[in-house]
Amino acid sequence: MAPTSSRRSSNSRRVQYSVFTGYVLATIGAVTGAVLLGLSLYNPDTMSGTRTVASDVVGPVGEASAEGRIAGQGFFESIGGYFRAGQQNADLKREVELARIRLAEAEDVKAENARLKALLCLSDSEVEPVAVTRLIGSTASSTRRFGYIGAGRSKGITVGMPVRSPRGVVGRVLEVGSSTSRILLLTDSQSVLPVRLASADREATAFAEGRGDGRIQIRLINLGINPLREGDVLVTSGAGGYYHPGIAVAIVSKVTSDGALARPISDPAATGYVSVEPIWQPEAVDSAAQPVEQSISN
Amino acid sequence: MERVDRNSRRDAYGSRINRTPSTTLVFLVPIISTMLASLVPVFFISGALPYIPPLGFMVLMSWCFVRPGIFPVWIGFPLGLFDDLFSGQPFGSAILLWSVAMIAIEIIEARFPWRNFLQDWLTLTGFLAVYIFATAILSGTDLDWPVLLALLPQILISIILLPVLARMVARLDRLRLTRFRTVR
Repeated sequence: MAPTSSRRSSNSRRVQYSVFTGYVLATIGAVTGAVLLGLSLYNPDTMSGTRTVASDVVGPVGEASAEGRIAGQGFFESIGGYFRAGQQNADLKREVELARIRLAEAEDVKAENARLKALLCLSDSEVEPVAVTRLIGSTASSTRRFGYIGAGRSKGITVGMPVRSPRGVVGRVLEVGSSTSRILLLTDSQSVLPVRLASADREATAFAEGRGDGRIQIRLINLGINPLREGDVLVTSGAGGYYHPGIAVAIVSKVTSDGALARPISDPAATGYVSVEPIWQPEAVDSAAQPVEQSISN
Repeated sequence: MERVDRNSRRDAYGSRINRTPSTTLVFLVPIISTMLASLVPVFFISGALPYIPPLGFMVLMSWCFVRPGIFPVWIGFPLGLFDDLFSGQPFGSAILLWSVAMIAIEIIEARFPWRNFLQDWLTLTGFLAVYIFATAILSGTDLDWPVLLALLPQILISIILLPVLARMVARLDRLRLTRFRTVR
């Protein structure tokens, strides 16, 4: 038997009309979609209210799945730990010894740092995170790379706050709901982050731009001889005022003529907990948002 | 009275006497399953590539091919709207693409009423490839080679997953038509 939908009546007016109305409604739907799409490409905040309410609703499910994911990772890591345990143990002992020596040296540097900072009257306070939460989801089927975290307006989160894991930068808050927030991950193709090279003898400042395929394009600000090498670590420079300087961002995997390709250090999928930090220099962000004419006239 | 076969009055949907499918299930199962499938990719964390297939769209397409004519042509609007809330695409992308896909399916349905599963699979492969590239174009990213290449794994996974989803939808369809309600 042919499917019911293809057995259309040719003499029933009512059926003919309802088929026609269906097509008209579908076309109206498509056109409405196109208009909404145009609006939200022009102004990405369109419908953000509805979207945040929707993500608040599924937030609890995301919390549960995050819990499962983190537990699962621990489970597989502990199984993996049994393989090569002996060799690993010896290696780790050697590393710990070296690390103890380096730690003592670091203590000395820290003390010296504090003394010099006291001379310069710089205050150096630890950053107190606004909230510590979990990544509860991401847009895993879309080309855009957004993540969802399980804290929102009720925990004091505002748009623009940096999100980091113990390893390094994860992204930046983009939309805030009452109990969840949407964050722009580092790897999104619209994400740009000012970074510098974490090295004592070479200097480089650059922009880290997401490429959309999981890697990060490093674009140097000063063109000339490329100081980057494979394995270099890039940290936030603090320019722009959003991120506290010195947070690990990416590790260079391939040097190109105008910069490098890098891999993010903090993989969101391997991240258990993330902390949302306050905007480092809110004044700098505010002044950057102010139009030039206005700041001249003031 | 003796009966030769106890199951002679039953079929895949249960007893045929005195029973009828539940209207709620008949109506809600396709809609709810598509909405749930739209939600599933949210719970996967992927920082690098979009590797989870567009499950909402795939379940919608599977329903249309497993049980032709189950959805009215305009269903792309409400279901697409729900998908847009969670997909991370700019709002309106799924509304547009799902509506266009439904119209295209209606045309195929009218033109080729008799198809086998392989033909459906091939058609859906085309639909999915176009859909995934279209979502990338409409997502507001800067389209570069790396972004386009990064779509290929997702397209491949989607194509391989299609028969599995079609089977799952067929199971749901059986649940949908099971005669739960007693007629008096």
